[in-house]
Amino acid sequence: MKEIIQYFSDVFHAVKSLLTGMRVTGYYFFHHKEIVTQEYPENRATLKMFERFKGEVLMPHTESNEHKCTGCGICEMNCPNGSIEILTTFETVDGKKKKIIDKHIYHLSMCTFCGLCVKTCPSDALAFGNDFEHAVFDRQSLTKVLNKPGSTLNKEVKE
Amino acid sequence: MAIDIYDFTGMTSAIHESLSAVLSPAATTIVEMTIIGIVFILFYALVGLFLVYAERKVCAFIQCRLGPRRVGPRGIFQTIADFIKLLMKELLMTKNADKFLFNLAPFIVIIASFMAIGAMPFAKGLHALDFDIGILYVLAVSGIGVIGILLAGWSSNNKYSLIGALRSGAQIVSYELSVGMALMTIIIFAGSMQLSEIVASQANGWWLFKGHIPAIIAFVIFMIASTAETNRGPFDLAEAESELVAGFHTEYSGIKFAFFFLAEYMNMFVVAAFGATVFLGAWMPFHISEMIPYAEYFNMGMDFIPGFIWFFGKTGMLILLMMWFKWTFPRLRIDQLLTLEWKYLLPINLVNIVITAFFVLTGFHF
Repeated sequence: MKEIIQYFSDVFHAVKSLLTGMRVTGYYFFHHKEIVTQEYPENRATLKMFERFKGEVLMPHTESNEHKCTGCGICEMNCPNGSIEILTTFETVDGKKKKIIDKHIYHLSMCTFCGLCVKTCPSDALAFGNDFEHAVFDRQSLTKVLNKPGSTLNKEVKE
Repeated sequence: MAIDIYDFTGMTSAIHESLSAVLSPAATTIVEMTIIGIVFILFYALVGLFLVYAERKVCAFIQCRLGPRRVGPRGIFQTIADFIKLLMKELLMTKNADKFLFNLAPFIVIIASFMAIGAMPFAKGLHALDFDIGILYVLAVSGIGVIGILLAGWSSNNKYSLIGALRSGAQIVSYELSVGMALMTIIIFAGSMQLSEIVASQANGWWLFKGHIPAIIAFVIFMIASTAETNRGPFDLAEAESELVAGFHTEYSGIKFAFFFLAEYMNMFVVAAFGATVFLGAWMPFHISEMIPYAEYFNMGMDFIPGFIWFFGKTGMLILLMMWFKWTFPRLRIDQLLTLEWKYLLPINLVNIVITAFFVLTGFHF
């Protein structure tokens, strides 16, 4: 007797769970506003990428052309495929020799967007941008210098 | 010759008379068969292409996607473009494949579904094959399809194809039983195996409603088992992309693959049309009981809709239901598949037939 009750409760629960699944998919079938597909080339003008999207590595600059990069080279060390090269120079401030960034070279063509550089930067100098249309005819143009010419180190950054 | 959209008997008999006036009886039969064959081939191609498009759209909406949208307005020409692409593809052949059987298999599969379509009552008077054992005929010819699948798997000289074909064989041998048993319920209710008589017996209400509980159980079992028979998800073990590449049609390319693909969708149409005929009264309009007030006006309104619209509407609803299954449920394992059939569907079905017989004897149904 116990087995018979078990048998019918099995059938009942199976039907119930199947109907639950069909209710979920049926809801999506009739509610087209849930569709997540973006029709890319047509909606280019209105396309908004997500906050977390990793399009390219950037170095944010303030309005007075200041960045936060101290040229420590931690991002270069952490990059798994060598897409970052740090070139530094020295500058004498108050009689002391100080290392500053000359060029932060970023090879977009080698980048896998793992995010280790952004994560490990001690002064939060790097960030991800949302631009993803990187196709070019000359691959040389994929090598970028992230610090803008004439930019200086933000005074608030501690070394 | 006026075309009456409610009753095609006049149109077909007019064609028959005008043909037999000029031709001998034998020639008349041959010409009529050719006309019907051409009509069915066109119908087959159109419905097949439309169903592929419909399936892609339905599954896209269920998965929160948009589906094909680029070829033609809302992508309606997508399947035609796909078909043209497949026509131009090279027909590949495996080394050491059994060439004759390899080439024969797609035709057997497609012929099986083609023959089953002939027995469908599309509208009043539009019924090409009306045997007095119509249900048996449809079951028999749709069972031929599995021979094509087995041949395809065997002759491909490929392990995935063979495993897929064997699974398909095990599946169809099991589920054919359930389909037959579920239809037995309606045969008991209607007292006939002739499709036109089964349709006529539903003039005052469809069997799904008239036969209440046993008919509903039989309908659910029929839908499950016939989905399994057409090798569609969640019973698509014979194709199982994640395990068997593409199952029995792994080695097929170009138009031979398109044949299998088309046959799969036409089988779905045949099963849905068959279910609509047996359980939902084919082209019979929806009628409610005379006991309800103003029922006659409602019934007259329903009669105003032509029969073929009812037929395709019901078939379309059942096809939608099958697509809904496919894109909701995960695929069963082979042991789960056989457990479902032999431990659940078949015993429930047998008990259901006994209950049906009891209902019919006591006159408990409407």
